[in-house]
Amino acid sequence: MPKLVIASIGPASSVQDGGRPGSQRYGLTPSGAMDRLGLATANVLLGNAPLAAAIEIGPFGAAFTARGGPVRLALSGAQRSVDIAKRPVAFDSSMTVADGEMLTLGFARSGSFSYLALEGGIAGEPTFGSLAVNARAGLGSPYPRPLQAGDELQAVTASGAPERSIDLPAVPDVPIRVVPGPQDDEFSEQAKALFLGSDWKISATSDRMGYRLEGPVIQHLHGHNIVSDGMVNGSIQVPGNGQPIVLMPDRPTTGGYPKIATVISADFGRFAQISAGRIFRFKAISIAEAQEAARAFSELLRTLPDRRRGIENFNIEALRDANVAGSAVNAVDVGTWQSSSA
Amino acid sequence: MATTPAPPRLLPSGDSAITVEFSRDIDDAANQRVLALDRAIAREPIAGVTEMVPTYRSLLVHYDPVRVGYDALGARLLELAKHPLPEKAKTRRWRIPVTYGGEHGIDLEDFAKALNTTPEETVARHVAGSYRVAMIGFTPGWSYLSGLDKSLHMPRRQNPRLLTPAGTISIGGVQTGVQCLAGPSGWHLLGRTPVRTYQLHRDPIFLLEPGDYVTFSPIDAKTFADQDRAAEAGEIVAELVA
Repeated sequence: MPKLVIASIGPASSVQDGGRPGSQRYGLTPSGAMDRLGLATANVLLGNAPLAAAIEIGPFGAAFTARGGPVRLALSGAQRSVDIAKRPVAFDSSMTVADGEMLTLGFARSGSFSYLALEGGIAGEPTFGSLAVNARAGLGSPYPRPLQAGDELQAVTASGAPERSIDLPAVPDVPIRVVPGPQDDEFSEQAKALFLGSDWKISATSDRMGYRLEGPVIQHLHGHNIVSDGMVNGSIQVPGNGQPIVLMPDRPTTGGYPKIATVISADFGRFAQISAGRIFRFKAISIAEAQEAARAFSELLRTLPDRRRGIENFNIEALRDANVAGSAVNAVDVGTWQSSSA
Repeated sequence: MATTPAPPRLLPSGDSAITVEFSRDIDDAANQRVLALDRAIAREPIAGVTEMVPTYRSLLVHYDPVRVGYDALGARLLELAKHPLPEKAKTRRWRIPVTYGGEHGIDLEDFAKALNTTPEETVARHVAGSYRVAMIGFTPGWSYLSGLDKSLHMPRRQNPRLLTPAGTISIGGVQTGVQCLAGPSGWHLLGRTPVRTYQLHRDPIFLLEPGDYVTFSPIDAKTFADQDRAAEAGEIVAELVA
């Protein structure tokens, strides 16, 4: 059986899937992919279940080698340069890496997390129905920790199915939508206006537990301690220093800081992809609007397979232009740029 | 019930969860209502509700907004909260062994001093209590207990410790708790239990449920060491009293 060997990989890279919800009442965090659309896209390109486990790759570059046979993969999420043995490959597409060849990914150009799915999924022992890594609780498989060079993932021999790309809707450059609450009454009208009216940046000290925001100090009306209550992905809590923290999939299940607002589920992946240092804003919407957006997002996930298309429609010039920033590409041979082990 | 309690507040936690808030404070009556609503939903599942997270004062209800909307779910939750489901006749009662003081409870002496009493008296009061699991949160198996004797209330430490041992039994404010995994804590460390409230390759993985009753029984350090080995091997060293 072939395997995918990790030749090099940066921090914040781990196996993730739809996570393990259902045990939050016992203090077990759900974990799972930061950007579900990215995860689902990579999986759907290969015919996997949308929320099957894949490799979530942090902002730095990475390289993978196929050993023992050809391995079919797909990439989505944060865009970056991709090549197989120096032949550039399109992003948001499937690809086959021949035995001994290396797949090389550049730095994330926009966003933070890319998803590399393996045809047939990732082999491992699920806990609570999930392979997602939760390093603090020692959960995740095949490695209960972030991935590192030398790790190996079991793969299946590439099926030889025709490679595919996918048409995704453009990611709008608009504010991150939030629903106020559950503790917005712990803040003055002025503090809430400041939160919604200011530029924010994500601190470099952010991780899969929480994104720390840098911006104006948001003051509490009655101090920063509340009696702990439950939290969700996207809860925006404001600790004593007035700098909000947005809770991410490895968050604690409960917490004791007032939460001024919650990122809507449809925008959570887009928020997770905002790279450190980039300026963005929040916008408050109603629950009804947020639930409409959630239904539309669910429909997008459901219909992803309809958005696939054959790879031969690619514009190779555009592909070459897209790759110039990330890796030295010269003399692209149109006839051989895509691995043809199939 | 002499008077009908005020209905809970419904607070949106985004588009996929509702916080049903019964109180803003640590309040035993509110916690009982939280657990009653949790039981009611468990008994009569609501389409679209995916999981519930009880805390001292609120029940966080996670749901799928594609299957149920905020208004319909909120109305149903308010209706269920009006008619609290009584406790099950056979609520579980656990006896949890604890070795107090010494290397396993490094704050016991200072804690007793701050209360103008002795370590022995502190332990006696802690052991005399009957506690209920008010919530489990923060990290897997971290069980927050209500029912701490008022004479043992003590503000949390000024400087939280970054690492405290697995199995720590501690007091913070008006709460006492059973911590499962090693981790940070700002509470006062009184002792340790060999009981694992969370253990992956054991059945059940999670020992305690919100609403379970707990008492503590003192053991010596030698017994702790023996039971700790047994527990590591998967034995449930807590005793189910009833």
